[in-house]
Amino acid sequence: MERKIKVIVAKLGLDGHDRGAKVIARALKDAGMEVVYTGLRQTPEQVVKAAVQEDADVIGVSILSGAHLELVPMLVNLMKEKGLNDVVLVVGGVIPPQDVPKLKEMGVDEVFLPGSSLKSCGGEDQGARQ
Amino acid sequence: MRHDLLEKALNGEELAISKVLTQIEYLTPLGIEYLKELLPRAGNAHTIGITGSPGAGKSTLIGSLIEEYSRRGHRIGVLLIDPSSPISKGSFMGNRIRMVGKERSGDIFIRSLATRGHLGGLSADAMLLIEALDGLGFDKIIIETVGAGQTDTEVMDVVHTLAVVTVPGTGDEIQALKAGIMEIGDIYVVNKADKPEAEMLYEAVKFAIEGIVSPRFGWQPRIVKTVATKGLGVKELVDLFDEHMKYLVSKGLFADIVRKRRRKAVELTVRRKLSEVVSSVVQRADKLFEQLEKNEVTIDQVINAIYDEVKLNL
Repeated sequence: MERKIKVIVAKLGLDGHDRGAKVIARALKDAGMEVVYTGLRQTPEQVVKAAVQEDADVIGVSILSGAHLELVPMLVNLMKEKGLNDVVLVVGGVIPPQDVPKLKEMGVDEVFLPGSSLKSCGGEDQGARQ
Repeated sequence: MRHDLLEKALNGEELAISKVLTQIEYLTPLGIEYLKELLPRAGNAHTIGITGSPGAGKSTLIGSLIEEYSRRGHRIGVLLIDPSSPISKGSFMGNRIRMVGKERSGDIFIRSLATRGHLGGLSADAMLLIEALDGLGFDKIIIETVGAGQTDTEVMDVVHTLAVVTVPGTGDEIQALKAGIMEIGDIYVVNKADKPEAEMLYEAVKFAIEGIVSPRFGWQPRIVKTVATKGLGVKELVDLFDEHMKYLVSKGLFADIVRKRRRKAVELTVRRKLSEVVSSVVQRADKLFEQLEKNEVTIDQVINAIYDEVKLNL
């Protein structure tokens, strides 16, 4: 059986806007991936716990609260601590373009800003894994 | 032991457990090695199936169940099954969302699984993961089926204890009397019991199960009301699960069910292998189907030709 790409899609931190995350999760399903959607108001611990137990290939977090520079380092450190070294990390949401290099330096594999096409999100994920 | 990763998994390391499960799920050569080590250790866990229609509250109920079991000192493995897309083969799995934060204790391992084309509740992969979790020392294994229809009864061959979750507002007492899913439960749960029509449903289900002539393993089915979102009725439900397990043990049926489940696991795995051969032979048979379209061959000739070709490819 062909190995499927498994993705955790989560809303990291305290914001209540999950429409974007749901649209992305559906698009990844339509791209043939197996998406575990864990929903709103997740702590970094919860996201990493889900990724560990699901043996996820990719973690995708959506952040619209502006707290990405606080939350992402916590997430990245926890991923390292739990041994998720091969897991691709992508971030989406309202991220100011000047923060993108900072996030990538922290260890984020790709950042999707508002206006990204659904195709690019699915395609990037597949590319990143190869 | 020869396998580092498996040893770590047996010591309870979560990431190792997770990696072992993935190998077994895909039945890789390594996965088969793990399974060979784990199967002799398995057969001790109490397996509990949770089935019912989509939206009945199965996942939320499991969220409350694992908290209660964890309080009672158990190690709990949970398998959540959601459908794969017939179009993209992908899956949107949204069961885990109901349990986030409840898996914190370290005694709870939750895994989502897509059906990957299997119809009828439990796939071969799911069956093998049950054996794996059992062999890894989880003593309560909870399996949530996909949202079930009236005839999705396969799960009854696989678990020790089966709870059928029903909700108010989905029909009258006639629905409760129909054949299929309403016959297979050991325990019927009327969830969302704070809704207006819950009492009516409770009476309807009670009436329906009182009439069951040949209950599973001679156990008279029971009924319990819950409000899963508030955790109401969950203690009672866990008490009933325990009572049912003790009943099975007292009647000497516990090991029978494990045997039956393994038989089913082997059957499903072989079926899947056969099915792959059949599909590939049919895929390749363009010429035959062109001849059929021109009426140069008859349908039975096509069937026989395909059948012979399948046999050659086994």
